[in-house]
Amino acid sequence: MSSPSSVTAVGGSATEEEPSASSVGRVSRVLRAFAKMPWLTKLCCLWLMVVILAAALADLIPGLADPNYQGFVFGNGNTNEGPTASHWLGTDNVSRDILARLIYGARVSLIFAFSLAAVGIIVGGTLGSIAGYFRGLLETFLMALVDTWLSFPALIGLVFITTMLGMRNLVVLVLVGAMFIWPSYTRIARATALSVSGQAFVTAARAIGTSRKRILVREIFPNVLPALLAYSLVGLPVLIILESTLSFLGLGVEIPTASWGGMINQARQDLLINIWPAVWPAVTLFMTVYSFNNLADWVRKQAAARSAAI
Amino acid sequence: MSKILAIRLMRLVVTVIVVSFVTFVGTNVLPGDPVNALIPIDAQQDREFVEQIREEWGLNDPMIVRYGRWLGNAVQGDLGRSLVTGQPVTDEITHRLPITLELMAVAVGFSLLIAVPLGAFTGYREGRRSDRLISGLAQAGLSLPVFVTGLILIYVFALRLHWFPAVGWNRLSDGLGPNLKSVALPALSLAVTEIAVYTRVLRSDVIATLKEDYILSARAKGLTDRFILFRHGLRPSLLTLVTVVGLNIGFLIGGSLVIEYLFAIPGLGKRLFSAIQQRDFMMVQAITVLITVFYVIVNTITDLVYMVVDPRIRRTS
Repeated sequence: MSSPSSVTAVGGSATEEEPSASSVGRVSRVLRAFAKMPWLTKLCCLWLMVVILAAALADLIPGLADPNYQGFVFGNGNTNEGPTASHWLGTDNVSRDILARLIYGARVSLIFAFSLAAVGIIVGGTLGSIAGYFRGLLETFLMALVDTWLSFPALIGLVFITTMLGMRNLVVLVLVGAMFIWPSYTRIARATALSVSGQAFVTAARAIGTSRKRILVREIFPNVLPALLAYSLVGLPVLIILESTLSFLGLGVEIPTASWGGMINQARQDLLINIWPAVWPAVTLFMTVYSFNNLADWVRKQAAARSAAI
Repeated sequence: MSKILAIRLMRLVVTVIVVSFVTFVGTNVLPGDPVNALIPIDAQQDREFVEQIREEWGLNDPMIVRYGRWLGNAVQGDLGRSLVTGQPVTDEITHRLPITLELMAVAVGFSLLIAVPLGAFTGYREGRRSDRLISGLAQAGLSLPVFVTGLILIYVFALRLHWFPAVGWNRLSDGLGPNLKSVALPALSLAVTEIAVYTRVLRSDVIATLKEDYILSARAKGLTDRFILFRHGLRPSLLTLVTVVGLNIGFLIGGSLVIEYLFAIPGLGKRLFSAIQQRDFMMVQAITVLITVFYVIVNTITDLVYMVVDPRIRRTS
């Protein structure tokens, strides 16, 4: 998935004065931004890198147990194990390796969150840019639709549809989530497109006879994108919480596929017997969400400081 | 003012109709036949019987006719009968609604009680160590999913310390003490996120307000910091807070669904959850519409309060 590159893009929009930077320049800019971060934000970035890399390379990690392998043989007692050399974080109540399930669970969470952010940027960005630039009846209709859509509590809708469908793999979850992600992105894209449309460079493009379609693609959308990227960074932790909540309710990816929320739901029955199968996913979930929040806050502060400097 | 009110009311009606229609279509398009909820599995093979039931419940009419009938009844306060229990849906809703409302009200009240002083204080002490500490905690609180907070509270205060019950609900009619005991942990779980959100919003608002000229002039007059903070600084900032509380109702509704599931509270959210699983479409439809109406009304009221209280907005709109 593309978190490093989306971070790059946000960091990249920070210094707009060198738009055609080479990839080397881009990397060094990211490194410079990283050096400027407070220590806690640095830690958060490192943690996110670890989670993303682990999720992406889960199949390649040597010695990582099969997340669904139940080493349980009646009476041998390797359920609810504490940390051992073969199971670093111990096993759960059906003797599956917790670390492996955490790593594969990260994959579910991250794919869900990043895919929906991408859907929001593409669909919401397109619709919002069109509405904000072309205005007219289309805009009125679209925004009325967005307002109505947003007045529907998304979690209720998600619970509703996922239960009705009965079949819940990651693709279905993303598609259902997409139904609820686009309105907020559309709203932001439209507001940004409105202000961009009033800028001098758009007027100039029009004056030299650029077609409206070309202006939309070449002038409006590229300038709407940074706002959407910043918003999606704020949205990622929300989406991760959403996925884990659905899994916790038993409405996420179907068992036995590992997911953080599902692990917590399964472990909550045995809290007094063995709390660790619930603690590890909860801590991982919290740290990941916190890291995204912290990073998003830092990016926002940088942007605010920059606009104040201008 | 009355024109704005009329527009808002019209939008409210349109939203409710659209949402109820979408839910209705959803229940009909998605897999799962309501007949299966009506009759036991062994009777479902009996074609004639199934047809008879379909006819009886009007399931054979075109969708739009059924929706029209439902809407006509709903306007008159009749939301139909549950497909599973056969009881009027409104009865069950009036039975369960107070539980969910109490849960949400206690959560919001408690959050405001904590967040208003915290937000004012951190805004006043911007950048100091105390501000950085509290703001950091708020960010952490924002990163805790509701169900994780709930589980932590259950583990510590119910399973370990036995101060509160882990699951279940005592109604207010069972006495105030037991009722408060059963609302404490669920409401607190919901409140953690709310406190974090409110504190952050209020903090940034107070910071902005304290930079205004009239604060400077109040200071020049020699008023005390505390007086300035609470009388001049906090009051305009509370407006934003009102809006955020209103906007966050949607989140709170979703959160209470999760919390009612976790704490086995017999509220509206838990009923919706079980109704969806039982394919009890009448119940699903009614509760969904009710939640949406509630949500839109709260947002409308929030906007109106905002307009009434802040003369600047009233004049410009």
